[in-house]
Amino acid sequence: MTAAQWLPVFVVLSSLLPGIVIFLLREEAYWARTLLNLTGAVLKLALVAVMAVGVFQGQTYEARFPLFAGQDLALHAAPLSLLFVVLSSVLWLVTTLYAIGYLESSPHRSRFFGFFSLCVSATTGIAMAANLLSFVLFYEMLTLATYPLVVHRGTPEALRAGRVYLGYTLAGGALLLLGAIWLTALAGPVNFAEAGSLANVPPSARGVLPVIFVLLIAGLGVKASLVPLHSWLPIAMIAPAPVSALLHAVAVVKAGAFGIVRVVYDVFGVRLSAELGLLGPLAVLASLTILYGSIMALRQTDLKRRLAFSTISQVSYIVLGTSIVGAFATTGGLVHIVHQGIMKITLFFCAGNFAETVGITDVRRMHGLGRRMPLTAAAFTVAALGMIGIPPLAGFISKWYLGLGALEGGSPWAIVILLVSTLLNAAYFLPIVNDMWFRSRPEPWDERLPRGRLETRWLLLAPPVVMAVLVAAAGILAEVPMSPLEWSRLITGLEYGR
Amino acid sequence: MSGPDVAAEAWLVWSVVVPFLAGSLAFLAGRRLRIAAALFGLAATPICTAAAVYTTHRLGPVRYRIGGWGAPLGIDWLADGLSMLLVGTTGLVLLLAGIHAVRSIRAPSGGEQKSGTDAQPTIAYFWPLYFFLWGSLNALFLSNDAFNLYVCLELLGFSSAALMAQAGREALTAAIRYLFVSLLGSLLYLLGVALLFGAHGTLDLQALRAVASSSDLAALALMTTGLLFKTALFPLHFWLPAAHANAPAPVSAALSGLVVKASFYLLVRLWAGPFAPLPTADAAAVLGTLGAAAIVWGSVQALRQRRLKMLIAYSTVAQLGYLFLLFPLGAPHGNLEAWTGGLYYAVSHALAKSALFLCAGCVVWAAGHDRLADLKGIARPLPVTMFAFALAGVTLLGIPPSGGFVGKWNLVSAAVRGGHWAYAVIIYGGGLLAAGYVFRVLAPSLLFQKSPAGLRKVPWPMEAAALTLAIAAVLLDFLADPIFAFLAIGRPFAAVTGGLP
Repeated sequence: MTAAQWLPVFVVLSSLLPGIVIFLLREEAYWARTLLNLTGAVLKLALVAVMAVGVFQGQTYEARFPLFAGQDLALHAAPLSLLFVVLSSVLWLVTTLYAIGYLESSPHRSRFFGFFSLCVSATTGIAMAANLLSFVLFYEMLTLATYPLVVHRGTPEALRAGRVYLGYTLAGGALLLLGAIWLTALAGPVNFAEAGSLANVPPSARGVLPVIFVLLIAGLGVKASLVPLHSWLPIAMIAPAPVSALLHAVAVVKAGAFGIVRVVYDVFGVRLSAELGLLGPLAVLASLTILYGSIMALRQTDLKRRLAFSTISQVSYIVLGTSIVGAFATTGGLVHIVHQGIMKITLFFCAGNFAETVGITDVRRMHGLGRRMPLTAAAFTVAALGMIGIPPLAGFISKWYLGLGALEGGSPWAIVILLVSTLLNAAYFLPIVNDMWFRSRPEPWDERLPRGRLETRWLLLAPPVVMAVLVAAAGILAEVPMSPLEWSRLITGLEYGR
Repeated sequence: MSGPDVAAEAWLVWSVVVPFLAGSLAFLAGRRLRIAAALFGLAATPICTAAAVYTTHRLGPVRYRIGGWGAPLGIDWLADGLSMLLVGTTGLVLLLAGIHAVRSIRAPSGGEQKSGTDAQPTIAYFWPLYFFLWGSLNALFLSNDAFNLYVCLELLGFSSAALMAQAGREALTAAIRYLFVSLLGSLLYLLGVALLFGAHGTLDLQALRAVASSSDLAALALMTTGLLFKTALFPLHFWLPAAHANAPAPVSAALSGLVVKASFYLLVRLWAGPFAPLPTADAAAVLGTLGAAAIVWGSVQALRQRRLKMLIAYSTVAQLGYLFLLFPLGAPHGNLEAWTGGLYYAVSHALAKSALFLCAGCVVWAAGHDRLADLKGIARPLPVTMFAFALAGVTLLGIPPSGGFVGKWNLVSAAVRGGHWAYAVIIYGGGLLAAGYVFRVLAPSLLFQKSPAGLRKVPWPMEAAALTLAIAAVLLDFLADPIFAFLAIGRPFAAVTGGLP
């Protein structure tokens, strides 16, 4: 194995090792910690970029290490892995900057950034896992690494949220493990391969495959917050804003959705999944989740809770795209992995800024924010319009492809779901946007931070602005080579065996 | 005899002789020299153990005829993958628990009447007893003769009881109860041995394998019951929680991690060796059902305890239950996965559970008590201890990265292949219950609170010992391949699984 083959391992280590060192740092070691965080994040991004260019030119990367019973701990850089790993390394860098600004002078920062780094290491491991065992390994690591972040505030409510989070995700993990072991007992070590890897399952064993599929999807559905397994997500909102941002955009929820994509395309294969009649029910479940999340979002008055229910709804777009057979739907679902990530993280950064700077958490009290915090409000507006699907922003691309896919795959009813959901998105985002820009606030602001030249700390301001620019760029430049859309098309071609 | 074999046998002998030697030296030495003898034992025994494990790895299984007599006249030892894996585990656990004990156990000084504090109990003859315990464990794992095994069991029982008895009144009561249970268990086992000797005139396990027939069922039943008492399988666990929880932390680590595994090991030896064809599926199912009940009962009790060490002790009751699932999953016509998985789980649990008890020892050292209600926010003053506790907890949950994950994966895989759905559900359901009691400790420790007042600083070797064991339990996830290969040396499960080891 050449050094290049080990790149996926280095990508995981680039956050794991700094994370371990950070645990050992004293609380006051601000600069050492910041240096480690940023070095790790930049290094990871550079390594991922090298891999992405390599894969684009036809290079393959795979590292294997034997675990037990002929099964390996295996990491690879398939195009699908790269889609997720690029997303998570970009968002990690941005979120790290944001978190440094957000947590300034709050206690337990070494613990926070240590687990933060573990969390991202687990996520990149999930992205690059080349077989089911490795996926499960990093998936459970993510569960454990996220718990201390959820309870970070150390209040009784935070502990309660942590308990709910653990209960759901560990139970989901147990289902996933059971499914994985059963499948391995039937088919031998389960490698992820484009177009599926169950060709060698004897026809006599086909009968139990749907049961295994349900176990796997149920296990993954907990983290992906599919209805009715979603209740933990709004409760986990108690976590600090950078954690919520990471949870909703890259780490936990996205890991569940990514797992569903992996199981449908790279374990069962889209043809076998369709033959076994498994995709129809999954599409229905995804549609229900989309509608339920949007309706519930409309009823929330707390901004972060509204965003949480919006996540439940938006992540199921990915599942919907996955469960409709056809290249357009697949592309739409895959590209939404990236698009939902960058849009939702922008919204959470903005929500964090509003709360930290002027103490606004209630959606009914947001008037005048456009004047007080113009850049943050602008970023929020761009991301919210993107979520609604206004062209030419990122969300429009996702919805356009999903809509085309619904027609192509013979499920025109899905278009109705998309339309209703879009109306609901508009109903819960547009009033906020309207209030921010077109209504003014008579009373003075409750300033939480010392006023400077900027509207808030620059480390809190830069991340949402940069991400909002990306939201626009992902839509406007969708046809540029190596854009998320082009990359998703490349993956789609592989999954359909073209 | 050829050169390499002599080297292999020499290391085997040393790994039993050195701890007894160190124990005797510590017994004879005065106050000053006692610690020197202890340090000698703590250094020399693991070295001999490591060398013995390595030679087994290099040269394969070794049969050692004590005094050159050979069975049936003499006594044979057998060092195969199974026995050496446990000898190796014992070496690691007792080395680290011993390092903890160097700081956390006090020897009585002249004229002192008090029995020390909870945090640093005074134990008379601690080091002699500790090394006798070590030597008898190693001897037990190596013995291949039913009566010799009985002797080791008795020695183990006495040294355990003496070690646990001295930490206060509750400990004394618990130790006496343990002693009676242990004697009862040994007695039942001895009756079985007598029946076997009467029937066949030999006690060598290898020789018995050739002659054992269904008329030996009574002997097997007696021996099994005796060993179940000693292994504390539900509902025979009644003696365990108080005994393990009230002993000093390093002793608890040895008891919960290793001593209960010794009688379990013997059970595995008997069922997978000479008596492999005898037990029926029903008998195995009884053990499996009791194991499942232990998982549920032990976990539920652990969820209700108010003291940290009681919680960990009840967790042992639950975790021992998993080990007994290997009988229905692996016998009589089961597959190898169950056996290797069950043994792997036993080793993982030995490391994790001793780490947990050493962590509890650090907490008691710092706070002077182990009442869960008064340990809120303890992670702030004791980050290393609680981090080690969390790492060790991962093995109890059975999720990656940990040795417990590998063990459970193999057990569940065997259950799925055999269609034992209930066991598969129990195994992962038990993991969720374990999450309940592990996070009952971890979650409040993360609370933002003023640290409890008057904490004592924990010496770093105590925390380092706990952390090392916890990390070892995690690393077992990645060492499964070589350890499974090691476990297959000498094909210890060939009789019960047929086919390839």
